Amino acid sequence: MNTKALALAGVVLATLAAPALAGETFDAVKEKGFVQCGVNAGGLPGFANTDSEGTFVGLDIDFCRAVAAAVFGDAEAVRYTPLSAQQRFTALQSGEIDVLIRNTTWTTTRDTSLGLNFTGVNFYDGQGFMVPTNLGVTSAMELDGATVCVQPGTTTELNLADFFRANAMSFEPVVIEKLDEVVEAYVQGRCDVYTTDASGIASTRSTFTNPEEHLILPELISKEPLGPSVRHGDDQWFDVVKWVGFALLEAEEKGITAANVDAMLESTDPTIQRLLGVDAGMGEALGLEENWAYNAIKQVGNYGEIFERHVGVETPLGLSRGLNALWTDGGLMYAPPIR
Amino acid sequence: MTQLSESAGGTSTRTVRASFLANENVRAVLFQLLVGGAVLGLVWYLVDNTMTNLEQQSIATGFGFLDRSASFAISESAIPYSPADNYFRAFLVGLFNTLYVAAIGIVLATLLGTVIGVARLSSNWLVARLASVYVEVVRNIPLLLQLFFWYAFITGVLPHPRQADNPLPGVFLSNRGLSVPVPEPHPAWTAMLIAVAVAVVAVMVLSSWAKRRQAKTGQPFPTLSVGLGVLIGLPLVVYGAFGAPTALDMPELRGFNFRGGARLTPEFTALILGLVIYTAGFIAEIVRSGIIAVSKGQSEAGLSLGLSRGQVLRLILLPQALRIIIPPTTGQYLNLTKNSSLAVAIGYPDLVSVLNTTLNQTGQAIEAVAMMMAVYLTISLSIALFMNWYNARIALVER
Repeated sequence: MNTKALALAGVVLATLAAPALAGETFDAVKEKGFVQCGVNAGGLPGFANTDSEGTFVGLDIDFCRAVAAAVFGDAEAVRYTPLSAQQRFTALQSGEIDVLIRNTTWTTTRDTSLGLNFTGVNFYDGQGFMVPTNLGVTSAMELDGATVCVQPGTTTELNLADFFRANAMSFEPVVIEKLDEVVEAYVQGRCDVYTTDASGIASTRSTFTNPEEHLILPELISKEPLGPSVRHGDDQWFDVVKWVGFALLEAEEKGITAANVDAMLESTDPTIQRLLGVDAGMGEALGLEENWAYNAIKQVGNYGEIFERHVGVETPLGLSRGLNALWTDGGLMYAPPIR
Repeated sequence: MTQLSESAGGTSTRTVRASFLANENVRAVLFQLLVGGAVLGLVWYLVDNTMTNLEQQSIATGFGFLDRSASFAISESAIPYSPADNYFRAFLVGLFNTLYVAAIGIVLATLLGTVIGVARLSSNWLVARLASVYVEVVRNIPLLLQLFFWYAFITGVLPHPRQADNPLPGVFLSNRGLSVPVPEPHPAWTAMLIAVAVAVVAVMVLSSWAKRRQAKTGQPFPTLSVGLGVLIGLPLVVYGAFGAPTALDMPELRGFNFRGGARLTPEFTALILGLVIYTAGFIAEIVRSGIIAVSKGQSEAGLSLGLSRGQVLRLILLPQALRIIIPPTTGQYLNLTKNSSLAVAIGYPDLVSVLNTTLNQTGQAIEAVAMMMAVYLTISLSIALFMNWYNARIALVER
C-alpha cells in the first residue's frame, strides 16, 4: 500500500477508535484554548500557503484566525492541520479538527450524509479550464476529444464529466492526486487542459514561469460556493463559525476596517454598536465575549480587506471581486441582520 | 506449580485448584478462550463504537451507495464504462485494471528476472557484471521513485501528439502513448481465437501421447516442431478460410488526440515498466540462488550420461532449481500485485485510485477502505494458493 492509503487507513482507524463524541465541540475548543483548523495541504497561494518564514497565510487562513480572535480574543490561537482533498472530511468527522476551511464546495451530499454543516460561503467560485495558448483554443466548447488533467475526489471531477456529457463531447481524464504532480503533467503536455476552480487555476498560473503562455477559458462550468464547515452535533459551535463570517461581511458593509475599528466604537449607528458589542447582547447570545466581532475585525480585518490582501487585483492572483462583491455592489456577499 | 502449592502446605481446595491449572489441556483451552474472547471483545468494541459515532454525526453507512451513479470518468477500462454507470461498475473497472496490470507484470517480471538471473551466472564477464549492476541498482531505489522517473521520462521526453514520431505507417509515439493499428472487427478473428484454443488442446494431447510412446518404445517424437506447426498452421488455415480480411483500424490525429487503433497509455506503460524492472531484480536473485543450490555433480552426471547442455539445463537443473525458486517467487508475485496500488501516484486508474475517488465523492471511508483491503487479501490469497498447489506438484515425490 502506498503512504496515502496508509494515511487514509490511519484516519479511518482514528474514526474507529475515537471515543463517542459528547457533541460539545464549542466546550472542547474553549477548554483546550485554541482552534484546530483544517486547511489546504497542497499549498494554494492566496487561500492557504506558507510564506518564506513558514507561517500560513491566505484567505482561508484568515477565516481560521478570525474565528480564533472571536472566541479567544487572539487571532494566533489557531493550530493548522494541512489536509489533502481526500483526508479533509474524515478529519472533520473524526474530531481531528474543529473546523474545515479548505476551499471546500458546499453540496447537498456533504451537508447531509457526510455529517457536515456548512456555515456560509467565503468565496464564490466556479470551475474553469486552462489551456496553453499555442493550442489555439478559445472556448470550452472546442474541447471535444481533449485530454484533461484533474485531481480526484473533488466536485471538479464530477462537473467535468457532467459538462462533457451534457455537450455530447468526449474527453480523456488524467487523474493524479497530488497538486504538484497533476500540474506537472499539464506543463509537460500530457494533458491539453487543466481544470479546477477558477481561483485555483489563477493561483496555479501565478506560480508558472511564463503565465502569459496559458489561457483561462471564459466559460465557468459550475457553481462552486466555497466555505467553512463544522461537523454535525454542536449547534453553538456552528453558530459561532457562521456568525464570525457574517460579522466580517457586515463590517465591510458598514465601512469598519482593522484601522478604524477603535474609532468606530464611538459610532452612533445602532448596527455598528450591536456588532462591536458597545450595545451588549450579541456576544452573550453566541456564548462569547461582547467584543468578539471587534477582536476579529481588529486583528484580521473585514472581508474586503482579507480579499484584497490575498487574492485581489494587487496580488499575483489578480482576481476582481466579481460575485464576491457585497450585495450592495452587485455581488452575492450578504450578511443577515445582526440583531 | 504443583510443587509450589505442596511446599506451601496448602489446603485440599488449593491443591485441587493448582492441579486444575496444572493440567496442560485445561490451560490450553482456557488461554485459547481468553485470547479469543479478548479479540472478539475488541472487535465488538470497535464496531459498536464506530456505529455509535457515525450515527451521532448522522453519517450514512452501508453499501447502498454502490447503486448510485458514479458521475466521474475513468481514462482506461477493460469493460465498457461511462460516468452514467454506478459505483459498483466503477469498482469493477478498477478491479480489472489492477488484475490486468498484475497479470502482465507477473509474466514479464518472471521472464526478465529469469534472463537476468541466468545472466549473472554467465561465464561472460561483461554479461555477468552488467546483470549484477542491474540487480543492485533497481533493488535499491524505492519503487515510487522509479515510477515517477518512468512517468516523467515518458511524458517529458516524448513529443506532443502534433509532432508525434511516426516510425512505421500507422504507428505513432507521443506523450499520449503509443498508438498502433489494429485489425477491424471481423468474424475471422473470433474464429482464429477458437482455432488457437483447439490447437493448444491438440498439442497437449499430442505431447502426452508422445511421452507415453517414448516410455514404451524408446522412440522419440519431434513434439516441438509438430506442435509449433499445429499452433501456427491451424489458425492460419482458418484465417484463409474466412477470406483473409486485411482491413486495419488506423490511428489518426483528429483534434487533440489520436483516435482509432489501439493505444498504450503513458500511465499504464510507466506502471508496467516500473513494476517489472523493480520486481525482476528480486526474481533474478532468486533464480540465481536456485540454480547455484543444485549441486555441481548433478550437471556433471547429466553430461557424462551424454545429455546435451540444453538437456541438462532443461531436464536436470531447472526441475530441481524450481523447487527452491517457487516459494520465494510467490512472495515477489504478491509484492508486485500489492505494489500496483502505487498506480494512484501516476494516474493509472487501478482499484485504489477508483475507490479513493469513490470514497471522496460518497464519504463512505470505512466501506471503501474495507473493499480495498478485501480485494487485495483475496487476490493475494488466490495467488498464494495457486503457487502452493504448483509447488506441491513439482515437489520431490519421495517413495
